[in-house]
Amino acid sequence: MAALVEFRNVTYQAGGREILRGIDLSIEEHETVVLLGRSGSGKTTLLKMVNRLLEPSSGEVLFSGQRISEQDRIQLRRRIGYVIQDGGLFPHVTVARNIGLVPELEGWAEDRIRKRVTELLDAVGLDPRVYAARYPRQLSGGEKQRVGIARALAADPPLLLLDEPFAALDPVTRFGMQRHFAHLSQTLGKTALFVTHDVREALMLGTRIALLKEGRLEVVAKAHEFSRAQSQEAQAFLATLAEGPHAVQ
Amino acid sequence: MLFNEIVSLSAEHLLLVAIAVMAATAIAAPSAVFLTHHARSRRWTLAVVNIIQTIPSLALFGFILPLPFIGGVGKRTAILALILYALLPILRNTVVGITGVDATVRESAVAMGMTDGQILRAVELPLALPTILAGVRIATVTTIGTATIAAAIGGGGLGTFVFRGIAMADTKTILAGAVPAALMAITADEVLEWVERRFSY
Repeated sequence: MAALVEFRNVTYQAGGREILRGIDLSIEEHETVVLLGRSGSGKTTLLKMVNRLLEPSSGEVLFSGQRISEQDRIQLRRRIGYVIQDGGLFPHVTVARNIGLVPELEGWAEDRIRKRVTELLDAVGLDPRVYAARYPRQLSGGEKQRVGIARALAADPPLLLLDEPFAALDPVTRFGMQRHFAHLSQTLGKTALFVTHDVREALMLGTRIALLKEGRLEVVAKAHEFSRAQSQEAQAFLATLAEGPHAVQ
Repeated sequence: MLFNEIVSLSAEHLLLVAIAVMAATAIAAPSAVFLTHHARSRRWTLAVVNIIQTIPSLALFGFILPLPFIGGVGKRTAILALILYALLPILRNTVVGITGVDATVRESAVAMGMTDGQILRAVELPLALPTILAGVRIATVTTIGTATIAAAIGGGGLGTFVFRGIAMADTKTILAGAVPAALMAITADEVLEWVERRFSY
């Protein structure tokens, strides 16, 4: 297995504050690594270093074995799908154009783009005949998120970056989307880096879980071994699973 | 005949306004795009344009009049002053329209590997268009009003009636200029608002 993404001793400082310290982490091909942590733990910052929305203060990030600091930003980003919380869809164009944008930038023929859009809408469980011509404002939260994922997949990038993509959805829709994503990333063989603060989501979707605390990597473990981690922070997260009407009594 | 003169002066008035607003748009919109990327020059440019806006129009015409090359009695001076007035709403609305684009939408565009030029053309300008058009509408309506004063420095247009009426103390002649100007302003407002709605998403 080759590492698709590799962080080497990455630090990040902003406004005199250290957001990330000495991060070493590699993401192998075809696995989903979940970055788990509280708000402000630096997980989103770490994610944004992969597609160069942020640059590390020191250290290196590698993509496909090459330093990304030496790669063209635009070319790099077109090989990395990016999904954020509310989808970040362009409100002024249709679903089809939202999805077809990167292929369009890459100079694909119109026919090929149309076919790809249809294929992707099918893949994320939206009927292309119903949804292709809709505008983002005509979609529910879950539908927006599906379109966001389809858009990220459009040019068939090897890597997906997802920043709390399901956090704003209602629990039922969220669960459906999580299952769908697990299925999708498995069948498509994508590598994914997935940010969340929800340990249940992390356990469900992650091949491995990387737990961040105050800018440091606290635990990196296979998902099924995470519950055995000897870390207070990990146990604090796991404790949220037991929380419920029964636990109170 | 009065009616013929109303028609010809209205046409002249409309031409003054059209030239001024088009020139102001051609200057202000690209400048605003530049300014969105330069926060410091944005502050002082908007301050300067704001100050121009506060100069009473008659005084502004007076200031420009004695300037060498660009001054002098006539249409050129009038149009120049009208352009200066029309700059602010267009400049401000274009800046606001572009900087007001949702940060997550812009971040998505960047993360998708769009270049700055592509983001401007395919995302920022289309999203800002209704706001920019609102600026053009405001500029047009105010310019129609201000242009009546341009007659004071030989600009022609419907202000010719107004100043003639004042000189002759003749209300009818004043109204012959004022009423068509008001109608023109209302019509322009309606038409441009319709255009604005068509470009909303």
